[in-house]
Amino acid sequence: MTELLGNYVPIAIFIGIALVIGLALLIAPFAVAYKAPDSEKLSAYECGFNAFDDARMKFDIRFYLVSILFIIFDLEVAFLFPWAVSFSDVGWIGFWSMMAFLGVLTIGFIYEWKKGALEWE
Amino acid sequence: MGLQALFFYIFAFVAVASAFMVISARNPVHSVLFLILTFFNAAGLFLLTGAEFLAMILLVVYVGAVAVLFLFVVMMLDVDFAELRAGVLDYAPVGALVGLVLVAELILVLAGNWVTPEAAGSGASPIPPLAERTNTAALGDILYTDYIYFFQIAGLVLLVAMIGAIVLTLKHRTDIKRQDISKQVARTPETGVKVVKVKPGQGI
Repeated sequence: MTELLGNYVPIAIFIGIALVIGLALLIAPFAVAYKAPDSEKLSAYECGFNAFDDARMKFDIRFYLVSILFIIFDLEVAFLFPWAVSFSDVGWIGFWSMMAFLGVLTIGFIYEWKKGALEWE
Repeated sequence: MGLQALFFYIFAFVAVASAFMVISARNPVHSVLFLILTFFNAAGLFLLTGAEFLAMILLVVYVGAVAVLFLFVVMMLDVDFAELRAGVLDYAPVGALVGLVLVAELILVLAGNWVTPEAAGSGASPIPPLAERTNTAALGDILYTDYIYFFQIAGLVLLVAMIGAIVLTLKHRTDIKRQDISKQVARTPETGVKVVKVKPGQGI
């Protein structure tokens, strides 16, 4: 247990240093930088003219389709990791159960390919 | 042990504080960023208990995909969040009830462990010591063989999610021109150009 966590000490040190540098860069301007606040400095800049409207707008639902399909295949890959690590121990049952799992998802993949869900028009 | 406890308290405190900020932040984008911080701290807590694989999957799947999808939604979608938030106090009793049920369940689990401490260690597949088998390998040993039905059902659930997403959101527009690459590549000068003899004084 302790050895396992010992492996992560460099990451903790790294996060600590990153935190210190980040905070220093955030706080230092308050102390040293020249300040001349102006509301125009914070307003949206759109090639010289005033902004037409809000940045939020209705946009195509297919962006979600792409990201949901990405999450599904992300999970599929997540299942592959423990399988690969203990591949020599799971035997043929483990091998074929993973093949069946991949087969089921490949059916879905073929379905989405044929449906044209991966195409942008 | 002291350092481990210190990190546990850091992770637990930051997780609870940022979870509170998720529901109380005024700007929804800040809410999602606090949600990502909560996921990071939950991953740290998993790591402290030795569940290395779960910690990394939490980062890959939740921080890498789900939280980014949420961020995408709140940053881009045309939703008036101030209006959505107006009725939030009306739902407070329901939320309190759900919280109460969760607290009761937590108390039941902890009290159960306290009454019969031996029950906690006598699972169907107890966790092997980390020195013998790493966490990921221990999961892999049983997930694909002993729990094969659950594994296959997980695959079917993913398939249903995939097909559901396509059925619900995919709409083919017919009023636009599409590119057909194989058709383009198969085009030759003979099929692409047509020579027409036009007699003088007549149209085609």
